[in-house]
Amino acid sequence: MLDDFMVNTWISASMIAVVAGVVGLFVVIRGSSFAAHALPLGAFSGGAAASVLGISPLIGLLAFSGLGVAGISQLGRRGRHEVATALSLVMLLGLGALFLSMTTEYSQTVYALLFGEVLGVSSGDLIPVAAGSGVSIALTVMLYRPLLLSSLSPELAEARGVSARRMELLFLTVVALTTAMALPVVGALLVFSLMVGPASAARAVTNQPLRAMLFSAAISVVTVWASIALSFVSNWPIGFFVGALGALAYGLGRTSAWAAVVRP
Amino acid sequence: MRSLLSILFEPGFFASGPVRLAAVVGGAAAIVSAVVGVFTVIRGQSFAGHAMADISSAGGAASFLLGINPLLGFLGMGALAACSMELVRVDRASERDLVTGIMTGAGLGLAALFLYLDVTSKSTTGAAVTVMFGSMFAIPASIIPLALVVGFGSLFAVAVLYRPLLLCSLDAALAAARGVPVRLVGLLHLIVLAAAVALSAITVGAILSTALLIGPASIALQFARRPGLAILFAVVIGVATTWGGILVAYDSYNWTSGHGWPVSFCIVALIFAAYIITGRPRRTFARRILSADPPDVQTIG
Repeated sequence: MLDDFMVNTWISASMIAVVAGVVGLFVVIRGSSFAAHALPLGAFSGGAAASVLGISPLIGLLAFSGLGVAGISQLGRRGRHEVATALSLVMLLGLGALFLSMTTEYSQTVYALLFGEVLGVSSGDLIPVAAGSGVSIALTVMLYRPLLLSSLSPELAEARGVSARRMELLFLTVVALTTAMALPVVGALLVFSLMVGPASAARAVTNQPLRAMLFSAAISVVTVWASIALSFVSNWPIGFFVGALGALAYGLGRTSAWAAVVRP
Repeated sequence: MRSLLSILFEPGFFASGPVRLAAVVGGAAAIVSAVVGVFTVIRGQSFAGHAMADISSAGGAASFLLGINPLLGFLGMGALAACSMELVRVDRASERDLVTGIMTGAGLGLAALFLYLDVTSKSTTGAAVTVMFGSMFAIPASIIPLALVVGFGSLFAVAVLYRPLLLCSLDAALAAARGVPVRLVGLLHLIVLAAAVALSAITVGAILSTALLIGPASIALQFARRPGLAILFAVVIGVATTWGGILVAYDSYNWTSGHGWPVSFCIVALIFAAYIITGRPRRTFARRILSADPPDVQTIG
């Protein structure tokens, strides 16, 4: 489990876990879990597009998550956000189906992009992950105060000159960036579980944003480490463990929050 | 006239068996999805509608493993998800989305596990693709009788629930004051939603199931002035885009030198285009509904 070929896996997964935990807290506070689910799943089609066009998958993922951000924010101006999200998501997946029908690498590629390929991380793969993590964290730190204000009280933020629409766009961009960077390693479905599960548990435990962010990153890292270890031992897909542990973390968080209320 | 028709419909379109089957099954899925979808959009549960497709695919993957009728797997998992979503008591709409998200993560994790076990025990590598994307031109004949029962059952349930469900969706407080059991109606709606989504997910795939659920309903709500009319419009739009998509997919075989476009792409593209075109700002019943935040159904009850 700690062999040489696993070192890159541990490093990249830990970086992704920290970023997902930090960004995920804002996903939870803003209640935008649908967007956080739709962006990775839509970006997954970008991987298929890249394999047809013969370009680097990372460019395809970035382009498609960008398209997802544009679709959600543009369509979201007119109607409900979730309708905009759902329609952007199915449009991107439809494009993905079109591109997939043009390639010969069918089910294996789909499976790897959806559920992740943690064991095949090369040293070259580490660079984009590190760069993406750095940018995502930097953006989150820069946006921290206005984003927090805009998430908790949009009216107050508007009064202070923080545009809710611009914050939404910037926030979705950060989610998209995190997605594109994490997707080749942990898979479209896992990114989402990692963003929502640990953050929701952290939020249930504490109301203090900075502490919640630290908790969230810590729970996320522990979840990923435990999932890799369990997956390594049992040979079961890592996605199962991340999803199950995320739900477990949320359940424990809710229970402890409830216990804190009941206990005087 | 005849030559014009043959430009529109490539020769052999109406004679092809798979096309006929796809038109019937796809049309049925579109009708059920559109009817249920109108309520789903009004209630602000698009995410739950999409999540059901993902979660029930875990049931689909499990049914490969257990060797049971795949529709039963989809339905069982969907019903389980509906009940657990409603059982976790939440106070705010954003928290409801969060619970849906956690469930989706867990459900997809289960799907990954079952798919993995499928691959190792039965060596069916195609299972992942079949479950996630579905194929309208390869519908197993064994599920058709059960699919018909589920489809009619869903429509019947919506007809019975129509008035209380509409009242709860538009004004939960008023519904509660009139003695409507808001939570029970919500649960029943989620179960009907799960059944409709399972039905369309297995026949047309998870992508199209969300597209057919949300697309026609939100298009219809953009210009319909009354909920009953919205349902009617949604059904017409759903069936029209489904059949149009099948036609485009069939014709596309000749456009791009022998490579047909996937049906799911064609249908989704038509729905997306229709949503963009019809979406000019107007004051209708729908504008009021769509611009408002989803009602906090859970706070009462």
